[in-house]
Amino acid sequence: MIHSLFLINCSGDIFLEKHWKSVVSQSVCDYFFEAQEKAADVENVPPVISTPHHYLISIHRDRLFFVSVIQTEVPPLFVIEFLHRVADTFQDYFGECSEAAIKDNVVIVYELLEEMLDNGFPLATESNILKELIKPPTILRSVVNSITGSSNVGDTLPTGQLSNIPWRRAGVKYTNNEAYFDVVEEIDAIIDKSGSTVFAEIQGVIDACIKLSGMPDLSLSFMNPRLLDDVSFHPCIRFKRWESERVLSFIPPDGNFRLISYRVSSQNLVAIPVYVKHSISFKENSSCGRFDITIGPKQNMGKTIEGITVTVHMPKVVLNMNLTPTQGSYTFDPVTKVLTWDVGKITPQKLPSLKGLVNLQSGAPKPEENPSLNIQFKIQQLAISGLKVNRLDMYGEKYKPFKGVKYVTKAGKFQVRT
Amino acid sequence: MSSNSFAYNEQSGGGEATELGQEATSTISPSGAFGLFSSDLKKNEDLKQMLESNKDSAKLDAMKRIVGMIAKGKNASELFPAVVKNVASKNIEIKKLVYVYLVRYAEEQQDLALLSISTFQRALKDPNQLIRASALRVLSSIRVPIIVPIMMLAIKEASADLSPYVRKNAAHAIQKLYSLDPEQKEMLIEVIEKLLKDKSTLVAGSVVMAFEEVCPDRIDLIHKNYRKLCNLLVDVEEWGQVVIIHMLTRYARTQFVSPWKEDDGLEDNEKNFYESDDEQKEKTDHKKKPYTMDPDHRLLIRNTKPLLQSRNAAVVMAVAQLYWHISPKSEVGIISKSLVRLLRSNREVQYIVLQNIATMSIQRKGMFEPYLKSFYVRSTDPTMIKTLKLEILTNLANEANISTLLREFQTYVKSQDKQFAAATIQTIGRCATNISEVTDTCLNGLVCLLSNRDEIVVAESVVVIKKLLQMQPVQHGEIIKHMAKLLDSITVPVARASILWLIGENCERVPKIAPDVLRKMAKSFTSEDDLVKLQILNLGAKLYLTNSKQTKLLTQYILNLGKYDQNYDIRDRTRFIRQLIVPNEKSGALSKYAKKIFLAQKPAPLLESPFKDRDHFQLGTLSHTLNTKATGYLELSNWPEVAPDPSVRNVEVIELAKEWTPAGKAKKENSAKKFYSESEEEEDSSDSSSDSESESESASGEQEEEGDSSEDSSEDTSSEHRSDSESASEVGDKRTAKKNSKSKGKSYSEDGEKENEKSKTSDSSSTDSSSEEESSSDSESVSESESEPESRKVAKENEKKKTKQDRNPLTKDVSLLDLDDFNPVSTPVALPTPALSPSLIADLEGLNLSTCSSVISVSTPVFVPVKTHVLLHRMSGRGLAAHYFFPRQPCIFGDKMVSVQITLNNTTDQKIENIHIGEKKLPMGMQMHVFNPIESLEPEGSITVSMGIDFCDSTQTASFQLCTKDDCFSVNIQPPVGELLLPVAMSEKDFKKEQGMLTGMNETSTVIIAAPQNFTPSVILQKVVNVANVGVVPSGQDNIHRFAAKTVHSGSLMLVTVELKEGSTAQLIINTERTVIGSVLLRELKPVLSQG
Repeated sequence: MIHSLFLINCSGDIFLEKHWKSVVSQSVCDYFFEAQEKAADVENVPPVISTPHHYLISIHRDRLFFVSVIQTEVPPLFVIEFLHRVADTFQDYFGECSEAAIKDNVVIVYELLEEMLDNGFPLATESNILKELIKPPTILRSVVNSITGSSNVGDTLPTGQLSNIPWRRAGVKYTNNEAYFDVVEEIDAIIDKSGSTVFAEIQGVIDACIKLSGMPDLSLSFMNPRLLDDVSFHPCIRFKRWESERVLSFIPPDGNFRLISYRVSSQNLVAIPVYVKHSISFKENSSCGRFDITIGPKQNMGKTIEGITVTVHMPKVVLNMNLTPTQGSYTFDPVTKVLTWDVGKITPQKLPSLKGLVNLQSGAPKPEENPSLNIQFKIQQLAISGLKVNRLDMYGEKYKPFKGVKYVTKAGKFQVRT
Repeated sequence: MSSNSFAYNEQSGGGEATELGQEATSTISPSGAFGLFSSDLKKNEDLKQMLESNKDSAKLDAMKRIVGMIAKGKNASELFPAVVKNVASKNIEIKKLVYVYLVRYAEEQQDLALLSISTFQRALKDPNQLIRASALRVLSSIRVPIIVPIMMLAIKEASADLSPYVRKNAAHAIQKLYSLDPEQKEMLIEVIEKLLKDKSTLVAGSVVMAFEEVCPDRIDLIHKNYRKLCNLLVDVEEWGQVVIIHMLTRYARTQFVSPWKEDDGLEDNEKNFYESDDEQKEKTDHKKKPYTMDPDHRLLIRNTKPLLQSRNAAVVMAVAQLYWHISPKSEVGIISKSLVRLLRSNREVQYIVLQNIATMSIQRKGMFEPYLKSFYVRSTDPTMIKTLKLEILTNLANEANISTLLREFQTYVKSQDKQFAAATIQTIGRCATNISEVTDTCLNGLVCLLSNRDEIVVAESVVVIKKLLQMQPVQHGEIIKHMAKLLDSITVPVARASILWLIGENCERVPKIAPDVLRKMAKSFTSEDDLVKLQILNLGAKLYLTNSKQTKLLTQYILNLGKYDQNYDIRDRTRFIRQLIVPNEKSGALSKYAKKIFLAQKPAPLLESPFKDRDHFQLGTLSHTLNTKATGYLELSNWPEVAPDPSVRNVEVIELAKEWTPAGKAKKENSAKKFYSESEEEEDSSDSSSDSESESESASGEQEEEGDSSEDSSEDTSSEHRSDSESASEVGDKRTAKKNSKSKGKSYSEDGEKENEKSKTSDSSSTDSSSEEESSSDSESVSESESEPESRKVAKENEKKKTKQDRNPLTKDVSLLDLDDFNPVSTPVALPTPALSPSLIADLEGLNLSTCSSVISVSTPVFVPVKTHVLLHRMSGRGLAAHYFFPRQPCIFGDKMVSVQITLNNTTDQKIENIHIGEKKLPMGMQMHVFNPIESLEPEGSITVSMGIDFCDSTQTASFQLCTKDDCFSVNIQPPVGELLLPVAMSEKDFKKEQGMLTGMNETSTVIIAAPQNFTPSVILQKVVNVANVGVVPSGQDNIHRFAAKTVHSGSLMLVTVELKEGSTAQLIINTERTVIGSVLLRELKPVLSQG
C-alpha cells in the first residue's frame, strides 16, 4: 500500500526517505512542492495529490511534512491515520517530533519504520510492542551502551505481537502499582457578537497512565455514564460490556495511553465559563482604531479560571497596536498580525481588560470585519459536563494499586466573533 | 575534520574506535553532510574496514553510518559486498541493519545478494517463530527474480506453519512475490485460498490484503470464509479491519439482493434511468415479492456496528461506507454521529471525512441535519476545510433552517479570507435557487454586497446575481441598472463580462441604459480582457438587432475594432457576427433569423454541487477523494437482481461436522476428506492419523522435503532419521501401521483403559499417535466453533507446537496432561494468560470453565440462528417496531437468564422519546433484567438493546409493557424450548455415563422416518442446532449423533441422541431430568428432522 515515505522540513528539504518496495526517486516530491507553492499557506496543502504515476498523501505535523507515495487505490484515511501514528511514535520516543530529533536518531527512526510497515502494510503500530523491539533512547542508556557495547535493539523478541492482546507487553513489574486517570474536557464553542452561543459542545478524553504489574483487568464505572453521547475506544476496551452495562472493562496497555474519547452532544446545554465584552472599531478615513476587551467569569461552578490566553488574528491593514493590559502581558507580531494576550487567572473583584489604540496603514480601506477572538483557559478539578468516575476495580492481580482521578476543563476551539 | 578522525581511528585500538566512531556519527549526522565530497571514496574505504573488523561495535557503527546514508538518499551500494558478509552476524542490531541495507540494494546487486539467501533459508527452519517470520520477511523483500522459486517454496511452507505470526508474514510475502513475478499468480491463489481458511485473527487482515492485491475477482474464495471473517472482525487488528470491511462491502454487493426499496432515493432512480425497459419490468416483477434480508447480510451489518466506536478514523470511515453501500436505508443514520466525531481530528482527517459527508449529504439530507452546527466554520479553519463545510451546509439547507444559515453566511461573507468569502457568495446563490422562499431575500443580500469594498466579493456577487436573474425572468430592472453603474468601478473580467451579458440579454428592459453602456465599452474596447471583448461584441450584436437606430454605428465601430484584434477568437467572432447581422448580398437566409438566434430563451444554469457526480465512486476510497478513477480501483457492482445461491456460504457447518467425526473413523470418509486435506493440512496436521496420511499423499506431489517434515510434525515417530529414498516404500508400510493404530484409536475411544494397557505393550509410535488423536480431538471439540476465542487457539497452537518440538516421551506425558488445561505451557515465548481477550464471550467462558465441573462445561454455541421474532409490529406500535432474537450467548445479567436482543426501529418521521419497559406481568419465579431506558430514537433510527429473562426453564410467556413517552404497548416473549438451553461440551464417555443415569422416566424417544439424504451427518447437525442451542458430542459411531446441553435456569442436563437405523428410519432419544422440557423439545425436533 504505502510505497515510500519522505520527510520534508518547512524549508523544503527532504531529510529522510524510506522505501518499502522498490525505490521511488525523490523527484516525485516536486509535485508536492508545486502544490505547496500554490497553496500559499501550509495548512492549505491538499492532503491528497495526484501525479502521473503515483499518488501523494501527506500530513503536516509539527512543522514537518510526512509525504507518502502510493501507487494504487487505498482508503486515504488509512494512510493518513498511519502517518499520524508514525508521528505519534516519534513523539513518544524522542519527546518531540522535530527535524533535529529525527536526524539525531536516524537509526532508531529507520528501525522503527522497518518494524511498523511490511511491504507497505502496517505490521506493528502499538507503542508497547515497538518499545519492546526497539528501546527508546535515554541519556543513561546511551552512556551505558557506549561502555558496555550493548544496543538499543531488544534482545528478547516481542511477545505482544503474538498474543491476542497486542497492546500490552508481557512481564510488566512495578514496585509501586499506580493507575491514574485524567478526565480532560474541552469546550468547543462559537459565541456571536452579542454574546449568545451559536454552537457549543464538549469533547472529552480520558487519558490513563497505568503502571501495574502483571496482567490486571480493570473496570471503570461512572456515576452518570448516560452523559456520554458518542464514544470511541482504545482497542483494549470490551465493547459488549459497555453496551450492556456502561462499564469500561479492559486490560490496559502499559504506560500512557488514551482510554476513550467522547462527545457530549450539543443538544445538552453547555455551560460557558467565561464571557467577553469587546468593542473593536476602526474609524473610516483615519489611520487608527479602538480596541477594548474585558473578560469575566460566568457559570464557573465556583472554581477559578486560570491560564487564560487570548489570541487575535488582526486584519492585514493593522500596522501596530498600542495597548495597556490591567493584568498579564501582551505581544503583537507585526508580521503575522497576531495579538496574544496572556492573562493568567481571573479574579472576580477586578476583571482583566486590555485597552488601547490600533494603528492602521494610512490610505488603506478600513477592514470589513472585526477579528474574532480565540480564547484559551483552564479550570482544574472540574469536568464541565458533570461526568464523574464512580469507581475503579481491579481483577486478576492480588496487590492493591494506588488509584487517582483528575478532572480538567479546557477551552478547545473557543471562538468569540466580534 | 571527519577524515582526520578516521585516520586516527585506523591507528588507534578497537576500544577507542568505538567511542570515536560514535562521536563521529553523532556529530556528523545532524549536520547532514558527510564531510567533504572528495573524501567520499576514502571514507567508504574506512567503512569497509570497520565492517571487516572482528569487533561488533565497529561493525555496528559502520552499519549505523550506512543506514544514515540510506536515509539521506545517498548511494551506498558499493559497500554491498562488505555489508552482505555480516548477514549472519550474531548481534541482533547489526543483523537488523544489514537487513535494512540488503532490502534497499539487493535489486541493484542481484548476484551478490544471492550470497545471503542461504542464511535466510536456514533461519526459515529455526525453532523460534519470530526468527522464522523475520527471515521470511527479508527473503521476500529481496527483489531478485532468480530466487522466485525459493520464495514460492518458503511461502508455501510458512503458510502451513504452526505459528499464526509466521502465517501472517507469509500472507505479506504473497503480495511481494506477486509484484516481483505476476506469473506465479495461480500458485499464489492456492496459498491465499489456504490462508483464507485460517481462523487466526492475526492472519485474517493480511491475507485479505493479499487477496485484494492478487485476485480481487476470485470472490468465490470468500464464500466459505464469509461468516468466519464477519465473526472475527472485531478482534482483528485495526488495519486489517479496514481492508476486510472494504472487501466484504464488495462481496455483499455481489451476493445479496438490494435492501433498498424501489422508490427510496436518488440512487435508485438513477439506476432506473440507465436500465432498459424490460429490465426494469423484470425488476419490478421481482420486487413484488416481499423483501427479506439474507441472514448473512444481516450478520455483516450487525458485526461491523461496534467498530464505529474505533479510535482509528480509517476503521470508522470503512464501516460508514459499508453502511452507506449495503445496509437498508433506514439504518444508515447511525453512522452520522461517528463521522461527525471524526471532525475533531487532524486537518487531513477532517478533509477526507468532510468530502465523504458532502457526497452523502447530497443524497440524504436527513442524515446530517441534526449535526448542522458541527459544520459551522471557524475563522481559524484552513480554507480547504472551510469550503468543504460550506458545501455541506449548502446541501443541508432547507426551508426550516435557511434563516439561521443565512445569518451564519453573513458572518462568512465578511471573512478576511476572501477566497472563502467568494465561495460563500456562490453558496448563497445556490441556496437561493434551491429554496424558492428565500430567493428574493438572497438576491437583495447579494445586491447589498455589490457595494462591498472588496473586488473579489463584488465580482463573485455579480456572477451569482447574473445566474439568479437568468433563472427568474421577472423584472429586475433596478438591479440591472445598479450593475450597469458598477461597470465604471469594477475591474474583474468575469464580473464585467457577466454584467455585459446581462444587459445584452435584457436590453429591451433597459432601453435607455444599454446603448450608453455600449458606448462606454466601445471606448475602452482595446484595453479590455478577451472575455470582456467577446461580451461587448455580443452586446453590440443584440443591440443592433433590437435598437439599430441608436447603435448601428457604434456596433460597426466595435466590429471594426474586433476585426483587427490580436486574438483570433475575437477576430473569428467578429466575422461571424458581421455576416449574421449586417445584411448584405452574400448573407443568405440566416440573417433573417439573427434575432431569434441571438435573443433566444436561454435555459437557466443549474447551480449544482461539485460533489454531485462523485457518488458513483465507493465512499472512502482514493478515487472518491480525487474524483477520478485511481489505478487499481475496484468498481462496486450493482446489486444482483436475484441473489446467488446463499448456500455456498454454508460450508462452515459441514466442515465442523467433519471435524467432529471420530478420530479413528472408517476409511470411506477419506475420499471426501482428501478434497480438503491439502488446504487444511495445518489445522489437521496433528488431528488424526487418517488426515496426516492423506496429507502426506498430497504433499508428496509437491516436495519431498516438505512432505517429510510435515509427516514428522504430525507424527511423533522416531522415523525422522529415515532417508528420503526409503520413504516411498515406507509409505506403504506406514499405511498399514496406521490402519492398525486407527482401529486401536477407535477401540480406545470406546474403552479407554484397556487400550492404554494395550498400547503400552505395542510400539511407541502408535501410543503417540493414538494419544495425540484422543487429546487433540478432545480439545477440538471444546473449542472448535465459530466464535472460538482467539486466546485458546493460541494456546492450542502452542501445545501442538510443543508436541512437535519435544521429542522425548517424558515431556510428552506432561503435554498430554496439559491438553485439557487452557493455560499455555512453557513455550519458547512466554504468553500472557490467554483467557483475557477483548471479546466478552471469551471472558464469560473463562468464568464458566472455572465454576462448572469438568463434565458440564458450557461451550460456545455451534450455530446462532439469525431468525428474529416480532415483538411489536410497527402498525400496532404507532411507528415503533421491535424485534427480538436469541443471541445464544451466556447472559451477562445473571447466569440463570436467557439473553434476548431487542432491536427497536423508529419508522415514524419523529423522534420517539424515552423508550423503556413498563409494567411486567411475569409468571411466578420468572425474572427479567430490563434494558436501560433509551432517551430518544431518531426517525429511521434503530437501536439494539439486550436484556435477560429467567424463564425458569418453562416455555411460559413473559409479558411486559414496552413504553414510550406517550404510549404503552403490551408485548410478550415466548421462548422456543431450544433457546432455554446452553450448549455443553463433553466427551462421549461422559455422555454415556450421564445417559446411563437418566433412563426410565427421564427418557423420551420417538421414531423418525425421512429420506436418507436427510440423514447425512451435516444435515442432522444443522437441523438440530437450528432448533436448539446444543453442543455437539464427538461420536465414535457413524450412525449415532449426540448432542448435549444444560437448561439455563436449573442447569440440568439435556442429552439428545439421534440414532440412524436400517432403511430410512431413525430413533430420537432425549434424556433429561426435566421431562416436560424434554418432551417439548422432542415434539419440536421430530417434524424438523423428518422434513425434507
